[in-house]
Amino acid sequence: MHEVALASSLLQLVLDNARQQGARSVRRVVVAIGTLSHVEPRALAQAFTSASMGTLAGEAELAIEEPPGSAWCFDCGDTVPLAKLGDDCPRCGGGKLVVNGGDEMRLKALEVL
Amino acid sequence: MCTTCGCGVGETRIGMALAGKGPLELVEPHAHHEHPHAHEHAHDHVHEHVHADGTRHSHPHTHAHHHAHTSHAHHHDALHGEDEAHEHDHGDLGFDVGGGTHQDQQARLIAVEQDILSRNDAVATGNRQRFAAARVLALNLMSSPGAGKTTLLVRTLETLKAQLPIAVIEGDQETAADAERIRATGVPALQVNTGRGCHLDAGMIAQAIERLPLPAGGVLFIENVGNLVCPAGFDLGEAHKVVLASVTEGEDKPLKYPHMFRAADLMLVSKVDLLPYLDFDVDLLIANARKVNPGIAVVKVSTRAADGLADWLAWISAARTVKGLAAG
Ligand SMILES: Nc1nc2c(ncn2[C@@H]2O[C@H](COP(=O)(O)OP(=O)(O)OP(=O)(O)O)[C@@H](O)[C@H]2O)c(=O)[nH]1
Ligand SMILES: [Mg+2]
Ligand SMILES: [Zn+2]
Ligand SMILES: [Zn+2]
Ligand SMILES: [Zn+2]
Ligand SMILES: [Zn+2]
Ligand SMILES: [Zn+2]
Repeated sequence: MHEVALASSLLQLVLDNARQQGARSVRRVVVAIGTLSHVEPRALAQAFTSASMGTLAGEAELAIEEPPGSAWCFDCGDTVPLAKLGDDCPRCGGGKLVVNGGDEMRLKALEVL
Repeated sequence: MCTTCGCGVGETRIGMALAGKGPLELVEPHAHHEHPHAHEHAHDHVHEHVHADGTRHSHPHTHAHHHAHTSHAHHHDALHGEDEAHEHDHGDLGFDVGGGTHQDQQARLIAVEQDILSRNDAVATGNRQRFAAARVLALNLMSSPGAGKTTLLVRTLETLKAQLPIAVIEGDQETAADAERIRATGVPALQVNTGRGCHLDAGMIAQAIERLPLPAGGVLFIENVGNLVCPAGFDLGEAHKVVLASVTEGEDKPLKYPHMFRAADLMLVSKVDLLPYLDFDVDLLIANARKVNPGIAVVKVSTRAADGLADWLAWISAARTVKGLAAG
């Protein structure tokens, strides 16, 4: 996955929201990057730092929450934790799983001045 | 430029094999700076932050400094990106660096809750509406480099162009060679060169279809950049993502690149004419693909066998019917 492209999408969202709120600067950016999403948090952080330089968000701290993965197991008929895509069900060992959580990439909140 | 798959020619390269999530700094190797230093080059210090939501945290960390260029980000419990073009005053707890950004009493918290790719997705939705209005089935073909996307398209067009209006968008980092291969069949094709970018995005397709007339009532094939990582995340507005896995690539690809195989509706197992010469277990490939995507359809293709594309052509026909795009 291309963290550079994602970081610039994130920056645009951050700047749009900050401007709408009449912010002078963005102090903190809170995102949720699920553990099953295709994003490497450290690479995203690095890319965001570079992308945001000289903008309203140039001094912002990027806080990354990493919601854990989960999946619907057809055999258990239940939602089970899932560490990574392709793993078997940790409860019954079955392989018919559909991800139902932890794959999000979301801008949650901003702290602005 | 892509730090995950290493494609592109970015100046930033990071050892992504590092699994730990301790206080790890991602710093680029940098030339030693000329400015006089009053402090150790690597130094520990503590920041304390008070946020508008009331959280107060302090995190000690070691900075490996690189002034005078770019910036660094470090991953600890709260990720913290800082511009390094500033003065540090390291005795000073409870105060962060840089132009008085920590005036806590004025900070406001804004709840946003938007998908990071929401802009791409909005453009993709616009593309999808244009495809629907023109009754076009758009297919996004993805694979590792050289799995056989262009060859498959050329062979597919040789049959399909007599039956349906068709157009092709070719995505590659460089060269117009693939679009030229398509145009040699008489089918209109537009090359999109992404340069350092390693995937197509919805905006590129929106621009492309300004110049390439949509094949009304027919099929638009989009050949994505050869890459099993990046293209998976970007909706282009297509009806289906199709992933090619050639029999020379190994049965483990769906497990190594799960996002791609999860995103696809169809896996084309390509170059099956080579199976007699290989020790390749097609059933294992399919089982691995279904581990990450239980619903994925599978079709075997060969551009070297006389009827090697029959099942693929049948799948396209069925996809048009399901979408209500087939004539009659
Ligand atoms: N044996 C055999 N070789 C094939 C088949 N399809 C493609 N090839 C060969 O595989 C090589 C790569 O084919 P391309 O069609 O250029 O692959 P591609 O996926 O478009 O490559 P990129 O656009 O660079 O990612 C060429 O040498 C093709 O001749 C096939 O069905 N059987
Ligand atoms: Mg090609
Ligand atoms: Zn990419
Ligand atoms: Zn189970
Ligand atoms: Zn990439
Ligand atoms: Zn810090
Ligand atoms: Zn220094």
